[in-house]
Amino acid sequence: MMALARRRQGFELGLATREAYGKTLVALGHEDPRIVVLDADLSKSTMTRLFAEAFPERFFNVGIAEQNLAGTAAGLALGGKIPFMSTFAVFAPGRCFDQLRMSVAYSGTNVKVASSHAGLSVGEDGASHQAIEDIALMRALPGFVILVPADEVATEWAVREAANHVGPVYLRLGRAKAPKIYEPGTPFAIGRAVVLEDGQDVAILASGLMVSAALEAAEMCHQSGLSARVLDMHSVEPMDVEAVVKAAAETGALVTAEEHLLSGGVGSAVAQIVAERCPVPVEFVGIRNRYGESGKPQELLEKFGLTAAGICRAAERAVRRKAEGRGC
Amino acid sequence: MEAPVTNSVRELDRIALKVRRNIVQMTGTAGSGHPGGSLSVVEILVSLYFAVMRYRHDAPCWPDRDRLILSKGHAAPALYAVLAEAGLLPADWLPTLRRLGSPLQGHPDCHRTPGVEISTGALGQGLSVANGLALALRLDGRPSKVYCVIGDGESDEGQVWEAAMLAAHYGLDNVVAILDYNKQQIDGWNREVMGLEPLADKWRAFGWRVVECDGHSFAALLDAFDRVGKEVGKPSVIVAHTTKGKGVSFMENSLEFHGKAPSPAQTQQALQELDAQLPAMEQSAQEGQ
Repeated sequence: MMALARRRQGFELGLATREAYGKTLVALGHEDPRIVVLDADLSKSTMTRLFAEAFPERFFNVGIAEQNLAGTAAGLALGGKIPFMSTFAVFAPGRCFDQLRMSVAYSGTNVKVASSHAGLSVGEDGASHQAIEDIALMRALPGFVILVPADEVATEWAVREAANHVGPVYLRLGRAKAPKIYEPGTPFAIGRAVVLEDGQDVAILASGLMVSAALEAAEMCHQSGLSARVLDMHSVEPMDVEAVVKAAAETGALVTAEEHLLSGGVGSAVAQIVAERCPVPVEFVGIRNRYGESGKPQELLEKFGLTAAGICRAAERAVRRKAEGRGC
Repeated sequence: MEAPVTNSVRELDRIALKVRRNIVQMTGTAGSGHPGGSLSVVEILVSLYFAVMRYRHDAPCWPDRDRLILSKGHAAPALYAVLAEAGLLPADWLPTLRRLGSPLQGHPDCHRTPGVEISTGALGQGLSVANGLALALRLDGRPSKVYCVIGDGESDEGQVWEAAMLAAHYGLDNVVAILDYNKQQIDGWNREVMGLEPLADKWRAFGWRVVECDGHSFAALLDAFDRVGKEVGKPSVIVAHTTKGKGVSFMENSLEFHGKAPSPAQTQQALQELDAQLPAMEQSAQEGQ
């Protein structure tokens, strides 16, 4: 059981994960001269500008040219550097998928893709800038580790781990301030989910911003007599198969929650495991086959049902389906 | 042994002939592959591996080696044949081209084939990679050059021009691009499909040093490499005018052999034609002495 920094009445907001990324990059830059950073004219938003200010000779702005961003990063990796490339998640992987496929994933170059502004919480910029399919795309690139840190502590670990890991890594980061979930020093690992709450009736497998919502949902479920397990699926690839199977086997009902399309996201990954190893009812909270739109981040999350209440209702449905004993 | 090993045009011509034979033989045996664009790039690659690039045969990862990126990855048969001729991979691998389990994949594969820096085949990507490599080398103060062979059809890809802008912006004088300008792509001549001209002007406008030359003349190519080698402050491109399918009469300027292998009969005919070129080559080399 992890020591948590959360309060039952709500979460204190910490740094946005993109901010934690920017800060950790600078620290890494001091520790390892091989770290280099690339951006595509968005360094004020992705927060790579902090690294650019500290290490101007190791920062490369390629301008608004994301295919070139990925290829140049691959070349720097070939030259023995540890490149972090950043832009918005709609543009990497969105704009440079083939480049990430051939020059990075297939070639195995040591590139870290730290994409920011993922999900609906981008807000007013609207659909063109809200990446709701980036995890699906990255899951289709064998060779990429995919991490979705939920808060500033998880992000610091993820950035450091990405630098240590030999091989391509995708970090999904967000624009909005993130609720603080973890104490500094919490041990994370690639391929290991974090069990934040134990529970017997239903398990909620969440990622990113939905982790705090899942914890709030668990509290709500508890009020109505349901004991909910909560897992942070921060390691999307490789996913902690045994933790998923254990959750399915021991609770018999699952809910997944993500700020992402249902097609190909974390829910899909969980469903693949469950269908193969331990078929139980699964309810999905995420975006159903449509694009985002302009609005305040909180309004958008509510409109799309990406809330504690939405997760709690899904948990109740999953438990009902379990009781009825029918898969369909 | 450290390359470069020769600048004798006579020797280079002989090597090129052997490479052409192997390209025809390899693709014929495989029953698939890209003979046209492989045959057009022969003198370019032979120049690089025998007369221009610095590398060590016994230390393929020598950090001060010059690097080659074959961005037009479908010319893999040419690269493999040249690597074999240079002693960088076993010649008995050549007949296994494209076979299941072969170390010689249909397009260059950096995991399976020694001498391949990065996997290519999806066009337009190599120059970006070359730039990244060049930036890393400069950060480390290394003197190596990065050579990147691109195609004309490939130059339709916007990423090529993104990379061109970056190389000029960062003053990457350790990058030398070589355009295998055989004027044809898959669906037709460049001018029919997507006109590139005025191409040399485009590169100059993007801030590159441009040298044009006959891409099948070693004298012209070596001179071009020598000139761009002295360039300071800007990247260079050698626009090498070539003929698709060069060396085999029924393949020259033929769209048919972009991505189609010669039949067994055609393979034999091609080999005979190439072998017949040897005496004339020896003769002109003798006269040149």
